[in-house]
Amino acid sequence: MLTTKTFLRKTKRGNILKIVREHYLRDDIWCGSSLCKNCSLKEKDKVLDKEVISNVSSVFSFPHYLVLDTNVVLHQIDVLEEDVLENVIILQTVLEEVKHRSSPVYRRLKDIIENPNRKFYIFVNEHHKDTYVERKPGETANDRNDRAIRVATSWYATHLSGSQPKAKNKHVSMVLLTDDADNCQKAKAEGLIASTVYDYVKSLQDAPTLLDKLSKKDGVFEGGSKEPLFPLHLSPKEIQDGLKAGKLHQGTFLASRENFLEGSVNVEGFEKFILVQGHAGLNRAVDGDTVALELLPESDWVAPSDIVLEDSEDDPGDILDEEVKMEKEKAKAKKVEREPTGRVVGIIRRKWRQYCGILLPSQDKNSVRHLFVPAERKIPKIRIETRQAEKLKSQRIIVAIDAWPRTSRYPLGHFVRALGNVGDKDTENEVLLLEHDVPHSKFSDQVLSFLPKLPWIITEEDYAKRVDLRGLTICSVDPVGCTDIDDALHCRELENGNYEVGVHIADVSHFIRPGNALDKEAALRATTVYLVDKRIDMVPELLSSNLCSLRGNVERFAFSCIWEITKNAEIVNTKFHKSVICSKAALTYGEAQAKIDDKNLNDDVAKSLRGLNSLAKILKKRRIENGALVLASPEIRFQVDSETHDPIEVVAKKMLETNSMVEEFMLLANISVAEKIFQEFPDCAMLRRHPQPPPSNFDPLIKAGNLQGFEINVESGKQLAESLDLALKPENPYFNTMLRIMATRCMMQAVYFASGMLQKEEFAHYGLACPIYTHFTSPIRRYADIIVHRLLAACIGADSTYADLLDKRKSHSLCHNLNYRNRMAQYAGRASVNLHTHLFFRNRVQDEQGYVLYVRKNALQVLIPKYGLEGTLYLAPPKGQVAKVNFTYNEEEQSQSYGSIKFRVFDPVTVQLSLDRTNVQHEKLMLLLVKPEIPDFSVPSQAAADEAMDVDQVKDTAAPSQPPSKRQRKSK
Amino acid sequence: MELLSDQGLRLDGRRPEELRNIRCKLGVFSQADGSAYLEQGNTKVLATVYGPHQPRGQSRNKAPHDQVFVNCQYSMAVFSTGERKRRPRGDRKSQEMSIHLRQALVAAIRTELYPRSQLDIFVEVLQADGGNYCACVNAATLALVDAGVGMREYAVACSASLANGEVALVDVSHLEESSGGSNLTVATLPVSGQVALMEMSQRFHSDHLPKVLERAIEGCKDIHQILDGAVRKHVEETGRASGWGQVDRAGIAL
Ligand SMILES: [Zn+2]
Repeated sequence: MLTTKTFLRKTKRGNILKIVREHYLRDDIWCGSSLCKNCSLKEKDKVLDKEVISNVSSVFSFPHYLVLDTNVVLHQIDVLEEDVLENVIILQTVLEEVKHRSSPVYRRLKDIIENPNRKFYIFVNEHHKDTYVERKPGETANDRNDRAIRVATSWYATHLSGSQPKAKNKHVSMVLLTDDADNCQKAKAEGLIASTVYDYVKSLQDAPTLLDKLSKKDGVFEGGSKEPLFPLHLSPKEIQDGLKAGKLHQGTFLASRENFLEGSVNVEGFEKFILVQGHAGLNRAVDGDTVALELLPESDWVAPSDIVLEDSEDDPGDILDEEVKMEKEKAKAKKVEREPTGRVVGIIRRKWRQYCGILLPSQDKNSVRHLFVPAERKIPKIRIETRQAEKLKSQRIIVAIDAWPRTSRYPLGHFVRALGNVGDKDTENEVLLLEHDVPHSKFSDQVLSFLPKLPWIITEEDYAKRVDLRGLTICSVDPVGCTDIDDALHCRELENGNYEVGVHIADVSHFIRPGNALDKEAALRATTVYLVDKRIDMVPELLSSNLCSLRGNVERFAFSCIWEITKNAEIVNTKFHKSVICSKAALTYGEAQAKIDDKNLNDDVAKSLRGLNSLAKILKKRRIENGALVLASPEIRFQVDSETHDPIEVVAKKMLETNSMVEEFMLLANISVAEKIFQEFPDCAMLRRHPQPPPSNFDPLIKAGNLQGFEINVESGKQLAESLDLALKPENPYFNTMLRIMATRCMMQAVYFASGMLQKEEFAHYGLACPIYTHFTSPIRRYADIIVHRLLAACIGADSTYADLLDKRKSHSLCHNLNYRNRMAQYAGRASVNLHTHLFFRNRVQDEQGYVLYVRKNALQVLIPKYGLEGTLYLAPPKGQVAKVNFTYNEEEQSQSYGSIKFRVFDPVTVQLSLDRTNVQHEKLMLLLVKPEIPDFSVPSQAAADEAMDVDQVKDTAAPSQPPSKRQRKSK
Repeated sequence: MELLSDQGLRLDGRRPEELRNIRCKLGVFSQADGSAYLEQGNTKVLATVYGPHQPRGQSRNKAPHDQVFVNCQYSMAVFSTGERKRRPRGDRKSQEMSIHLRQALVAAIRTELYPRSQLDIFVEVLQADGGNYCACVNAATLALVDAGVGMREYAVACSASLANGEVALVDVSHLEESSGGSNLTVATLPVSGQVALMEMSQRFHSDHLPKVLERAIEGCKDIHQILDGAVRKHVEETGRASGWGQVDRAGIAL
């Protein structure tokens, strides 16, 4: 049977198009029920049970299958994910609407459907001749879909009634779950059994905890004030009109980390972020939301408050306060500091996701309403209902936001799942992976099915297709314990006196074919994430640590980049091949260094390394002369206990000559490849650029330099590099490093992009000072490199292209994901170091030398080089307490002073580090001043207090009340 | 866009190996020597054949002395796509189509039967919804049959593409064509199994090409069945009206 669908669509140019599509209706779509006698179902398609024993409900006390409405899937996916509801029919209408409305929910639904134990059956009602419904004139698409759902439900009831006994307690009926009142009512009028999810879940007999997971979309919570606390949001129509008229602006809301009543909105076309302040100004915007913003008149503009303001720890109910303090601050703001200020008047798109955090149980033992405190400070607390508060209060839990009505101080949400006990390393690791959106589940069977079968052997055919480089003295140089070796090098002298240098990169694209599940998973993950004690692979271990890894003395496929280079490191020519190599040695940086340094050693490997090293030095010198920046970020490594995996010692990462040797050749390979693929694919080459930061970014650096009597010239990368080299202070050897750390923070993020999306002038890599750059050398752990490999393979005719590779828009959106994941991986790595720092300080109190990095209004930001960590030394006491010592803040000079003692940027201080565990659920690293001594403020040094230390520690845990004036926190 | 759902259905509800609905009619015009109208799903084309006749105009020089000169012209009606077409014929795309059309048809026509003459084949796409070329070849074959031009066998064309990187789809609709993947078009002489033309919009990976090609050739065979049925029915009807009742007149003994 055949019908046509006709609809109108607007094209990009604004023309109205009439689109006619064929829509075939079939009579071979089966119902999926084991009890059916009419359908010719194959065994594997019999998804729904013959005898339904699941879903025992007190209200629907007869066997039944469930049919879900779209809104149920969209809003109650957390309920569906629990292993409770079974024998569920998902209509195609619903599936497509979900796919269209929310791809994360769609993916989660698909995961449930794929689990055979859950017995979810997809019924393709849209192509079934009896269940397809045509849209009536005047009917909205939504109403039509609701009708389709009801038609399918009633079809099922009739279809199955013929195949089973009539007695009600044996007869399988259909129950339609819908949260749409209108649909529910219509269904009942048509004689169907329908229910809301809430009523249904409440009636379930053995799933009491399921109620916690119900979404509070409609904002029904018992109790609570009903006075609106927030201004009304504008309607979508009003927002559209306002945007068109230019009265409103659209932008992304970014909450402040430091002050929960402040945020900024990034509006296109405005140079600066627009400030929003206060409960009413923020008007229920949550970090990441796309909001409609109204700019305030210039007379109402304010300055960003310099204070750190945290939402109070207890539950104040539905009232708003705290603004008083900010108001006071505002009044003081000078005119110059004022920034464009606005207020949020509507939400265009929510970017709510699930949040990790802890439960703040209600004071009232009998209450089911509790507050949830997200781990991320930028997210407000969330009110949830749960009956398991006692159990959950010591755990890390996940909560989703459902709604934020005007009458509620906090957004309303529901409990999703518990991760484990607070403070457990595994739990905390899980938290940081979730918080940084790192996909870290096990690779699915489907993904694994695309791995090569073992034993993997190189065939004659493979040798024929590749250049045989097994005879060359190739070796790899990596950090200690590296198992995913993706690069190896060789160097030999040619007869004409030049060198032949090869960089050999694991041929990952040979194993990962475009478009299959393995490829898609790798593209989604985008990068391997390195945590202190854990590695989350981008590709399954068989590839990352075995078949792709260029281990010593085994034959491996490689993608080789081979240059002829003169003794002065000038490239004579460049060649690229797919090859077979056999690495002669997998060395660590230290081992390689030892080989180079050992004068008695003259084997091929040593000679090769020395050649590489001498060339690398020339390359590096040239690069720096060109204006490449040498930046610093404190890098540390934990020595981890082999059994407990707890950190036992912290060491700074050492840099050897060999580190920079490998780096130079990787840079060279990346540049050579970038040039080649751009030449061949000017439109769709995947490249990496590092934009020059806008001059204003450097303001703090210039200011800090000036105060110390150095002029930092930031006009170009080269000048910046030179002025950094000159800024030396003999009495403070760490000064230069700190300046470089500051300079690093002024930089922009380097990003991937498709060459067709930008002008050639914008390709430049600022940090490396080269006009074109890409990533080619780490395909095991970066997806961008896989794409670059495929492009390069196509250039040299070693592999074919495919549609998406040559589509610059597809590449563009891929780059977007890669950039996002990279950023997140970086943050996750840092968070992991933080976590381990906390673990490290659990049983320690230590005095350390630190340096003031920034001076704030109520605190000093202190850098502790030994641990590479930064902490906040609070100078003002927390809210509500009187300071014994009052510091004077001088903004011009960037200093804080008390009496004769003055803190300025770069000044050394001695601080006492310890872990503030007063709040069991939120451990914080605490900094206390030791030197210079300030009576009533500083603490005695560790050496003096050595005997007292044990006592102190006991006190710490037993009586968690510190002297209030000394309570200080470490900001994240 | 997923071209094939987990339930094994394509976007329009077909299974991978199913053709779109084909409806056709021979002899729709009496002015031309042969004509046919063919619908393949929502793709609708009209083919007319004039000749064989004396070569006219410029083609007098082009016509070879030992076989018929086949002149093909492909065009698209201005109303054939959603947005109105600016140039219905003569643009590069149409010229290319004409050449490809000719290539497939010449393989089927017994050109040696009509030396020093010319055969004009005009094909117009009235509505385009994917597989335009295939529909044109198939319609032109019917029009040639209607005109009584001697042929070795039918020239039949069909397209195929690849869904989700693994399953071959036959008779690709416009929606499927434009979803980014590569499409394969073949014109065959299905009885002898010869391929007269093969074209790809992009390269297929060599792992996939065989199955996509096979699917397209299977499609050609299925279409051949349908066309042959239509021809027989047409001949039967016209034969009955004019009292012939014989099949041979059409020059096909298949
Ligand atoms: Zn059935």
